Amino acid sequence: MNQGRSDFSPTTADVGLKPDLHPDDRRLIVATQSGLPLVPRPYHALAEQLGLTAVDVMARLARLLEEGVIRRIGAVPNHYALGYTANGMSVWDVPDERIDALGEQVGRLSFVTHCYHRPRALPLWPYNLFAMVHGKSRDAVEAQVAQIAVLLGADCRAHDVLYSSRILKKTGLRIGSSL
Amino acid sequence: MDELDRRIINALQGGFPICDEPYREAAERLGITEAGLIERIERMLAEKTLTRFGPMFQVERMGGAFVLAALAVPEADYERVAEAVNAQPEVAHNYRREHALNMWFVLATEAPEGIAAAIDKIERDTGLTVYAFPKLKEYFVEMRLAA
Repeated sequence: MNQGRSDFSPTTADVGLKPDLHPDDRRLIVATQSGLPLVPRPYHALAEQLGLTAVDVMARLARLLEEGVIRRIGAVPNHYALGYTANGMSVWDVPDERIDALGEQVGRLSFVTHCYHRPRALPLWPYNLFAMVHGKSRDAVEAQVAQIAVLLGADCRAHDVLYSSRILKKTGLRIGSSL
Repeated sequence: MDELDRRIINALQGGFPICDEPYREAAERLGITEAGLIERIERMLAEKTLTRFGPMFQVERMGGAFVLAALAVPEADYERVAEAVNAQPEVAHNYRREHALNMWFVLATEAPEGIAAAIDKIERDTGLTVYAFPKLKEYFVEMRLAA
């Protein structure tokens, strides 16, 4: 069985909802992906840089925010600098017919930052529910994982926690400036 | 990082205003000056307390794709494989994790077709099978942590 390979094609949840991104939206994304200008009138500065009006820049950002292309605007903290040095990827094998209800509940826990349904890759990987847990120590993460286990109860058939022991690369996504 | 830095981080992990003078508006809510806020953000960026200040994008909504993938890398080969994987521009992050699947990375591409091509390339370069875990459903994403 060639696990994994049959699963890689992006699903509807992964595929874009906005293939019709306007060229000016795209230029705005490219211009802001490393951050907003740190000047009193940042949207005017962007407008000048892009040859747009400030009103247009603000309207485009507001619309992208409303559409979810922009999740939010603000400070992106380095979680290590905030003391969240322990992060565990907790993974759970739960019944497929129950996963949506369980995933919603796990996602509501305050210490879970990401929660997804992902495919299994049997026999190596029996887990279908992934919940990223952040804490200020390994003990804190373990206590939080124990809380998830209690919440899942008998619906949890197996679980594991994978700690990151080394960052091999961290660049984030960069959208190219070419169309 | 002092108390005011913490307040700024906690207050501004979203909801930064879209208006003519957004720093002034945000500063007023925090009871500080516009110049003071800008200076604090600059310093926190320089100290890497903040990785960025600005919009956070959801790549899938732009037509792109984001897929989590993993490899089971033989220990003796780990550095060579890490180098080969990291060399792919589509690899946005890559972490070592302790499991038989001991290398976990995120592929981010501007078009969904790019994922399959990146996986093929990594399999050719490393000689290993890539296990891909595309999300089937997102229940929650909010990288917001209290400072």
